Amino acid sequence: MKETEISKHTISVLVDNESGVLARVIGLFSGRGYNIESLTVAEVDADAHQSRITVVTSGTPMVIEQIKAQLSRLVPVHKVSDLTLAGPSVERELALVKVIATGEKRVESLRIADIFKARAVDATNNSFVYEIIGSPEKIDAFIKLMEPLGLSEISRTGVAAISRGTLTM
Amino acid sequence: MAERILSGSEVVLQALADQGVEVVFGYPGGAVLPLYDEIFKQNRIRHVLVRHEQAAVHAAEGYARSTGKVGVVLVTSGPGATNAVTGLTDALMDSIPVVCLTGQVPTHLIGNDAFQEADTTGITRPCTKHNYLVKNPDRLARTMHEAFHVASSGRPGPVVIDLPKDILVGKAPYLEPAQVQHRTYNPVVKGERSQIEEAMEMLASAKKPILYCGGGVINSGMQACKLLTEFTRMTGAPITLTLMGLGAYPASDKQYLGMLGMHGTYEANMSMHDCDVMVAIGARFDDRVTGNLDFFAPNSQKIQVDIDQSSINKNVPVDIGIVGDVGHVLEDMIKIWKAKQYKIEANALDSWWKEIEGWRSKHCLSYKQPTDVIKPQHVIRRVHALTRDRKTYITTDVGQHQMWAAQHFGFEHPYEWMTSGGLGTMGYGMPAALGVQVAHPDATVVCFTGDASIMMNIQECATMTQYRLPIKTVILNNRYMGMVRQWQQLLHGSRYSESYSETLPDFVKLSEAFGFTGMTCNNPADLDDAIKKMLEIDGPVILDVAVDDKENCYPMIPSGKPHNEMLLGQETNGDEAIDSDEGMVLV
Repeated sequence: MKETEISKHTISVLVDNESGVLARVIGLFSGRGYNIESLTVAEVDADAHQSRITVVTSGTPMVIEQIKAQLSRLVPVHKVSDLTLAGPSVERELALVKVIATGEKRVESLRIADIFKARAVDATNNSFVYEIIGSPEKIDAFIKLMEPLGLSEISRTGVAAISRGTLTM
Repeated sequence: MAERILSGSEVVLQALADQGVEVVFGYPGGAVLPLYDEIFKQNRIRHVLVRHEQAAVHAAEGYARSTGKVGVVLVTSGPGATNAVTGLTDALMDSIPVVCLTGQVPTHLIGNDAFQEADTTGITRPCTKHNYLVKNPDRLARTMHEAFHVASSGRPGPVVIDLPKDILVGKAPYLEPAQVQHRTYNPVVKGERSQIEEAMEMLASAKKPILYCGGGVINSGMQACKLLTEFTRMTGAPITLTLMGLGAYPASDKQYLGMLGMHGTYEANMSMHDCDVMVAIGARFDDRVTGNLDFFAPNSQKIQVDIDQSSINKNVPVDIGIVGDVGHVLEDMIKIWKAKQYKIEANALDSWWKEIEGWRSKHCLSYKQPTDVIKPQHVIRRVHALTRDRKTYITTDVGQHQMWAAQHFGFEHPYEWMTSGGLGTMGYGMPAALGVQVAHPDATVVCFTGDASIMMNIQECATMTQYRLPIKTVILNNRYMGMVRQWQQLLHGSRYSESYSETLPDFVKLSEAFGFTGMTCNNPADLDDAIKKMLEIDGPVILDVAVDDKENCYPMIPSGKPHNEMLLGQETNGDEAIDSDEGMVLV
């Protein structure tokens, strides 16, 4: 009867953009021992002072239900939506990837970037900074391919996500 | 409407008055001097000066739990706020509505490590239901009113408002409570009708039903407790209460099985284990209640009613989880039960009760009172017997005496039992009693405590004297941290590491030093007279009762064991060592 299978969920949380709100959310996760795989936050409605937090977490169905219930009862939280359960959704992440290389490796990194539709946003004689946008899996794959080609630094934004179609929060 | 511009301190006091606050428990300091000045100038709100900020919060909890209103605390910045943390955590765990005002250094000094500065909102974030730092005077009145709304609605809890000194001194507009709209926090009170219907159908089909009810019923109010009694009688089902729920249903009633859980009755725990339909109402499946989750009520369907969605399916998955206020849901339950003319099948219910009577006949709480030494249980029973004709409120500290009080003092009404359940805070009892006695000046307030617990907030004796609060403190003195000693005996080979109360004070002299009466009793034959004398004295009394230092608290479900593996204790089997590595790591 016990459902012990761990699955990954992307949860969107609409909150009042007030001081301490992010600390409340993060504190909830650390205090209760939940995982955060990725977390993004930014204001989405300046007039209403509302921000949207997207958190990717994992757990058993009971733990995921707890996470949502615990988030919902925070006072500055307006809405909690489990995009993974709500239906199909789009997940995007942006990464800046620095590759330091010369010669054939440098050229090869450019070729791969082209295949992944990554843009070089900075270049020197022996380095590139690539900007890549896509699903976390696509970015993982890109980074893996860059590893032998002089990969030296990565900055990722974490996942932003939204439901497909007419469904809204 | 024209705005009224007041000083920040005036706004705070006006908001308290408009929220119906009668009394504030507090302790002054630099950052809150403007508020204390304002308190000095008015006479609508009474201030009770405690002797430690932790006690201020416990007193507010005692006030809140015995009245159903919000308890209010006022402390200064830095150490004032950090001292309040234990009380706030206690209130959070037990869902007690408290608003705690903390002073803060002026806004321009925040973050500069100023004198008596602490990151109060940071520190109290995980131990409050919500907290605020007021940096903008325009938000002061709104924040005050919102804090009362948040503290008292939904699942109640403590709320901190951190008030920088410049906000208190400067000007701020005042808003009436009615002018404040709550943006996000509006908890659901009405339960989903279809779920309640489904639940009643499930209960009506039960052969071995049980109602398992907790503090949520009491938090929902007097009316909810009345409805619970009505519902229980209608269904004919047995009912058990948690530590926090005692008083929600009359203890003398024949359908009542006593408290359940680690030190609950044999009949309550066996009934929980063997039931086929369980209705949990305002109870959160705490680990003290469930024992080993893998063997918890293994053959049952479960219905849970709770105002807090996160309490449902947290520890124990349930079949029907109804989010809503207990009072509202009970009302609907009763309506549906009547309308559908539901009835639990009589034969099944009869044989279920026969089974329960078999467990009851073990008399798991029995003890023998010898002539030479006082049994701690006997003290509780005698105080209960001798206070029956009075309006009596009981507070406790934490440990063996607390469990004995829960087991042996029969609570007939809600709001009369104050104990630290979730957090298990030693030092809770006497300050909580202060709050209760302030709220009910003419009632009898008894604090059952232990020789170790009482030392944790002993300074509050001064508060009792100052306000002539006639609290009767009964120490069940066994010269040990009794519950620690019991666990060391049962789980750690009787190695009594640091659990003996060395150099206890002479409690009679101590009471006299604080200006009230101290008494001792060590002879069973004198116990009744001592209790009667204590009750007759017009003022605070500490009654130090020397009790059997070997007595252990039974029945007991050892940690990690299921409900049907209770230890029944000395009367039946003697003290059995518990051989369980799994139990050792649990608390």
